[in-house]
Order: sequence, then C-alpha cells, then structure tokens
Amino acid sequence: MSASSPADLEVLAAAVVERARRGEELEVYVARSRDTEVRAFEGEVESLSVATSAGVGVRVLLGDGQAGARLGFAWAGSLDQAVVDAALDEARDNARFATPDPDLVLARPDGVAAATLALHDESQAAVPTERKVALAIDLERRVRGADPRIRQVSSADYGDDEVEVALASTTGIRAHTLRSSAFMSVSAIAGEGSDTQTGTGFTVGRSTAALQPEVAADDAVQRSIRMLGSRKAASGRVTVVLDPRVVSTLLSVISSALSGEAVVKGRSFFADRVGEAVAVPALTLVDDPTDERALTAARYDGEGLACRRNVLVGEGVLAGFVYDTVTARRAGTRSTGSAVRGGFAGTPSPGCRALQLSPGTLDQAAIIARVGEGLYVQSVSGVHSGVNTVSGDFSVGVEGLVIRDGALAEPVREVTVASTLQRMLQSVLFVGSDVTWLPGIAAGQTLAVGEMQLSGE
Amino acid sequence: MSDQSLIEPDVLRKVLDAALARGGEAAEVFAEDRQSMAASLDDRRVEELSSGRDRGAGIRVLVGDTTGFAHTADLSEQGLLAAAHAASAVARQGGRAVRTVALPPPPGATDRTWTLPERVGKAAKLELLARADDAARAAGAAITQVQASYGDSRRRFVVASTDGVLAYDDQVRTRLGVVCVATGDSGMQTGHETVARTEGFEIFDRVDVGDIARTAARRALSKLSARPAPSGEVPVVLAGGSGGILFHEACGHGLEADHIVKDSSVYRGKVGELVASPLVTLVDDGTVGGEWGNFAVDDEGRPAGRNVLIENGVLTDYMWDWLRARKEGRLSSGNGRRQSYQHLPMVRMTNTYLLAGTEDPAEVVAQTPHGVYVAKLGGGQVNTATGDFVFGTTEAYLIEDGRITEPLRDANLIGNGPEVLRRIDVVANDFDMTPGTCGKDGQSVPVGCGQATLRITGVTVGGTAA
Repeated sequence: MSASSPADLEVLAAAVVERARRGEELEVYVARSRDTEVRAFEGEVESLSVATSAGVGVRVLLGDGQAGARLGFAWAGSLDQAVVDAALDEARDNARFATPDPDLVLARPDGVAAATLALHDESQAAVPTERKVALAIDLERRVRGADPRIRQVSSADYGDDEVEVALASTTGIRAHTLRSSAFMSVSAIAGEGSDTQTGTGFTVGRSTAALQPEVAADDAVQRSIRMLGSRKAASGRVTVVLDPRVVSTLLSVISSALSGEAVVKGRSFFADRVGEAVAVPALTLVDDPTDERALTAARYDGEGLACRRNVLVGEGVLAGFVYDTVTARRAGTRSTGSAVRGGFAGTPSPGCRALQLSPGTLDQAAIIARVGEGLYVQSVSGVHSGVNTVSGDFSVGVEGLVIRDGALAEPVREVTVASTLQRMLQSVLFVGSDVTWLPGIAAGQTLAVGEMQLSGE
Repeated sequence: MSDQSLIEPDVLRKVLDAALARGGEAAEVFAEDRQSMAASLDDRRVEELSSGRDRGAGIRVLVGDTTGFAHTADLSEQGLLAAAHAASAVARQGGRAVRTVALPPPPGATDRTWTLPERVGKAAKLELLARADDAARAAGAAITQVQASYGDSRRRFVVASTDGVLAYDDQVRTRLGVVCVATGDSGMQTGHETVARTEGFEIFDRVDVGDIARTAARRALSKLSARPAPSGEVPVVLAGGSGGILFHEACGHGLEADHIVKDSSVYRGKVGELVASPLVTLVDDGTVGGEWGNFAVDDEGRPAGRNVLIENGVLTDYMWDWLRARKEGRLSSGNGRRQSYQHLPMVRMTNTYLLAGTEDPAEVVAQTPHGVYVAKLGGGQVNTATGDFVFGTTEAYLIEDGRITEPLRDANLIGNGPEVLRRIDVVANDFDMTPGTCGKDGQSVPVGCGQATLRITGVTVGGTAA
C-alpha cells in the first residue's frame, strides 16, 4: 500500500486486542483500500475517481456467566486512534444491551492451515493512471466502432482496487490478507429503426495486465445486436438453457438457502434434508475459496479461520451447509471456515465465496443442439424481487433467443420464466463443460433446465 | 458540534481554490458526518447492536465534460487540500486559474423538532423490537420465525461550490422492519412490513410497532394457502400505497437526465408528448413531510423541490442534478444525490408518486371481472434504454367476478414502461406512500413511492399456473 507497510495494520489490530478487559473477548477487523475508477464517454473521460479509504470494526463479547455472552459491535470509517477508541467504547456499551447467549463465542484457531494463494499482483501498483484512462477510452471506441447498429455506449468503465485486511482477537486469531483486482465493463445500446436493445460485457482479473477488453467489447456488442427485433413469446412450458452469467446469479441465490444461519433459524427450504436427493445426480456443487481461479478466492474467512473446500451437494444429494463459528455451535457442528462480512462495517455470518458446479461433458452449442426446442436465456432481471429462498418460489424477467431445431433462432423479450428452486434442481437436464470464472461468488457455466413456465402473450 | 463547524467557510474557500489550481471550470466540496445505529432481534434474541460513524469529504473538479473526484476521511485542512489536489489531476491545461471563490453567508439554523437518535436510550429502541416479536408471534401458531430490525441515522453535511453554493443539512432517518416466516403443509412463506421516515424517534408516538408486526405476519400466513400465480397477460389492480414502485421503475428512472443525456432512455426527446394515460400525473417531490426520500437540500446544496414530471399524461420535464443541468444552462431540480461522501452524485429520485384520482377503490375491484389484485409489491428493476421492467409481488390475490378471492404465491410482473403507462384506465382516491431503497450504479439512497388504487388493463404476470 502507498502509505504504510502491510505490517502496520496487523500491529494496529493487535494493539486494540491488547486492551481487552477482564471478562471480555475482543475481535478487531481493520481494512484499508485504494481504488481508481475511470468512466469514458464519447471519447473523453467522463469521470476519474481516485481514493483511499480505511476503517475498523470491533466486536466485544461480555461474559455473563452461565447465560453465555452478550455481543456488541461498532465500526468507523477511519483508523485514527481517537476514532478507534470511540468505536471500542461504543461496542462495549452496545454489548450491555444484547441478549446473553451460550453459543456466542469468537472463533479460535482450529488447526486448519490457510492455503497459499497468489491474490495480489505486485505489478499493479506500477500501472500509471494514464494507462487506465486509455483503456477505458479504448474500450468505448472499440464497442462504438464494432458495428453500425451500435448507437450508443452508455458506460465504459475501468476500475481497480487493492484491499488489505488484518484481523486479530483475544482468542488467538491473527489473519492478514492483501489482494488486488481490476475490471472493465461496458454497456452497449444497439438500435435499428425504432428498436433499441442493450448488452453488457466485462472482464476481470487480479491486475490490469490480466484483463481482456476485446472479450468485454465483443460480448456487449453481440448481446445487444442479437436482441434487435425481439418480441414477446407465447406462454407455455419450456426447457431453458441458461447462459453462464445467469447460472452464476442462480447459484448465488441458491447459496443463501445453504447458509447454516438460514438453516438454524428455519429460513431455508433445504433444512432437515441433508442426505436426501435434492437435485439430479449430475449436479455436484462445491464452495471452494481455495481455488485460485476464483476471483473471490480467499485464504481466511471473515473470522480469521482458514477457508476450505466444502461439498454442499454431491451427485444430487444434499451434503451439508456452510457455517461460521456461532451458527455451527447452534447446529451442533464445527465452523466450515465460511464466515463472510461486508467489510469493516459488517459482522460475520456464514456464506459461500466460490461456488462451482462440477463440469459436465457438453459445451453450450452441444447442449443447445441436444435440447432442440426451448429458450436460451441471455439475461435475467428482478432476481431480488422474484426469487424467495425461504419458499423457493422463482420468477424472473428474461431476455434471450428461441431454440429451434437445435440452434439459436429469433430473439425474445418482456417475458418471465418461473418455477420453484426445488423443482429446478430436480429438472436439470445438462450441466455445461464451459466453466467461466466471473465476478461474484459463483462460477458460471451453461445449464439446461426443463419444465419452466414461460409467461408472455 | 454544530452543523456549521464541520468545515469552516474560510477552509472551504481555500480548498475550492486549490481544487481549481490546475484549471477547470468548477469545483465542489462535500463534507459529511454520519452516525448510525442498527439493532436486530432474530430467533427471539437481540443478536447484535451495531453503531457506525463515518466522516469525510468528497471533492469534485469539472474540466470540460470531465469530472475529477477524490475523497478523504481526513477533514483537516491539510487532508482536504490533498484530496483537492488529487481531484484536480484531470485538469492538465497547466495554466493556473486565478479566481476568488465567493460563498454566500451560511444559512441560519433550521428549526426542525425531531427527537434525535442519540437522545434516545438503546433500551427503548430494543423494547420496540421485543414488542414487534411478541405481536408477530401472537398472530398465529404457524408463525415460526420473526426477525425485527431497527435502524436510525443522523447525517450532517456541508456542501460548497465555486458556483456560489454553500448549504448545510441535518438529516435524521428512522426505520423499523419485520420479516415473518410462516410454516404450513405446503412449505414456508414470508411476509414483510416496514415503517421508514425522515424523522426521529417521535414516529413511534403514532406508529404502533404491533401493527407493523401483525401486517408482516398476516402476509406470511395468508400465503400458506396460496396457489401459484397465473402465467400470461391479465388485468392487474394495484392497491393504494402498494405499488408506487411501478412508476419508479416504469418511468422514474427513464426520466433521470443522465439517462436522457446519454440517449439511454425511451423518454428522450418526448417532452410535450403524450407518454401515458391522461389519468397519470406523476410528481417527484423531496418536500413531502417526513417521507423516506425527503431532505431540506440535496447532496449538491439545491433545495428539495416538487417537480411535475408527467401532467395528465404529457411529459413535462426530466429530473436534473448540477452536472447535467449546468451543461444545459438551467438549474438543478434538486435531484442530485449520493450515497455518501465517497460517491459521485447522480440524478436520483426522491419521493415519486402518482396524484390520486376520484374513483372508490372498492369499485375498481368490483368492476374488474377477472385479474390479479396486488396488495403489496416488493422491489423491481428496469432497463431504461428499452423501457422493459419487472416488479415482484409479495402479497397478491386473484380477482374473480369482481371480488378478491384466493391468495397467490410470489411472482414477478413484467412490462414495458411506456406501454403500461398507457394502459392505466382507473385511478382511485385512496392515496398512500411506501418507503424503499433505490439502487443505481452501485449507490443506494432512500426513496419514497406512492399511488392510489389503480388498474392496468393488461400486464404479464410471471406465475407458474398454466
């Protein structure tokens, strides 16, 4: 980092932990990040943002004898000593008001060693701002010039960041990580007559050098152009072939029902079903943050335990859930090293980081050929409003292309597809071989699902 | 600390000068101090009380069509000058712009009388959650889980620009939400209800948290016997206050000037044209007493306004922020908002609502032979360039022979903005508003939505019932 050596954050976290009082456990999470964002528009820089930010989150557990402990939390967007002190005091005060709970404990080192992962690209710090600006402008130009039907590029962005985190606790946790990432994304608007369609493309990596702007540009162009002339389709039962991006979204949604917290609190449709066939045998789902290919790969979880590979669904059978320390105790099991937290302002809860389906043998074209008749879904909308991971109800807006005679045909828009998550897992026809590493907590690959209800005209 | 002392005016002047030291047409400093508190009761336990504090400043420099932006958590003069220097990196002309920044005198203190969050004991806030939990669980034996959450925030800021803006605001927001899970033979269902106001703790003098909890519980319980929603195009009646999100998505986003300028809105070039049913008069209004999207001044220092966007079906104007208005040589409409000092402002809605009509809401249902009655909508999403949007139901019923009958499972509805606006054929007189959180380009801001009971002659319901 620019202003300090990585050791500083660890020292800072450990120093706060030293101040624990008798009868109190303390956990301190400190983070610092630096990021650059460039947006290009009509050949110019629309905006250039350069910023550093830092903050602290403190959890205090006050012992309350047989009743367990009370938890208080406070955070602040600064690492100034006075601000950190105030956060510690505030967390202590908050703890006085919480309900005592015997399951409430901080994580303790569990003997699992953290994987050695290359998450930080040293070359990134040397990339000049001019280079980043040039990449964004070039991305816009590339999309604009790709096809006469591209009418506008509503955004062409370059961004990168470097994030350093240190975590320390009175229970012996000491974790430190440094990671870098870079991305480019672009939104294209294609037009023909009065018809307008949109498409997005992106590329991500751990450094500027790892980005593939040509892939992002091509994706945005193709996805917008092939939707030109799209119209509503007739309602009916269909087999859908989901694009890898859609599958990544779908897996992210399903993962909230695989959280140990949802299970112990009676909010998951998977509760009490471990050992049962919840999906077709072709489906194996693993959360593996130690797989370096995942951009979300991590050495430590949000409580400082080593991340590890967890099988969630094995050949269609529900194998287990992801847990952090507290939810594991409630469920009578051990943490799976799956605590996630939303930066210094968040507290840990169990979650998946790097989901992957075991690849099948067919690529997308082969799956489309096998399906024969159906709907290829390029993108979905309304996932947060139309998917309920408690009931399993699933209804999303989609756009895509008709599959006819085993090939892509005319485009379709303004329709929904619906089912339930439970039924969809049992109706998977093919899992693609085309694993694609995407931003977000799940890899993408093509998936064919039968028996979906299409709503249109 | 008083609002006015977040940064002294003479420091603001120096920082603005520094921001233009390398050239540029305009600069702006936005400094913010936000304190927040959140508590949740889940699974019968107060699991966590959380307090947050965020202070910092964001500095913008405009050079031609380019914006340079930097932010810092260091509000000292030195820290601010460093951020001004970083933001000015986009100005490469090299020539030092000599200009004296004239700022107006600071406005007088506001006289709002809300009960500040920091004046209320934590125990009193938690007591609300316990009451909500009790009320929800008492609503029926099938209620198997209750999560009640409380949050409040106080956000003070000062914003100054070389266009002569110097403005302050002190925004207090208070929120309480309940989510219930009901379990029956057919599985689990959820129900939500939230109260959220740009006011202080005094809202609980008139809002009964028991009512909030019972509403959430009722929604979950009613869906236990729900049948799958229909699939295909049907008439839809939206209950008053249930679905202002329809207008937020169907046209609100498309009327934001940034989308217009970039030709990514179906409403571009349509001012003066009939874009909706003549029954539609749509207003965006940051001044409606206490609503979730309210403020005294926006995050660029413009007073909140009441802006008529569509009048009797005719598009009258878009919503504007400083940047886009400046380019057009007009004033911002008070719609420049940002999530925090770490974000660039954008054109954002405040409270967006459809003016009430004259019909009796019961008559609207009675005159609908067959369709779907939506009692509560969840979130939604729109593609402003195509106008296609979705919104999800969280409480809906079948309408059969002019009567509300069976409950329906959750589903998304899909439509095209301009088309759906033309298909509104009745608006009733039972206006109400609901709070929401609007996400755009990675930033979230509180907004309000409102409408009276209305009917859309046809919209596609994305259920599973063939």
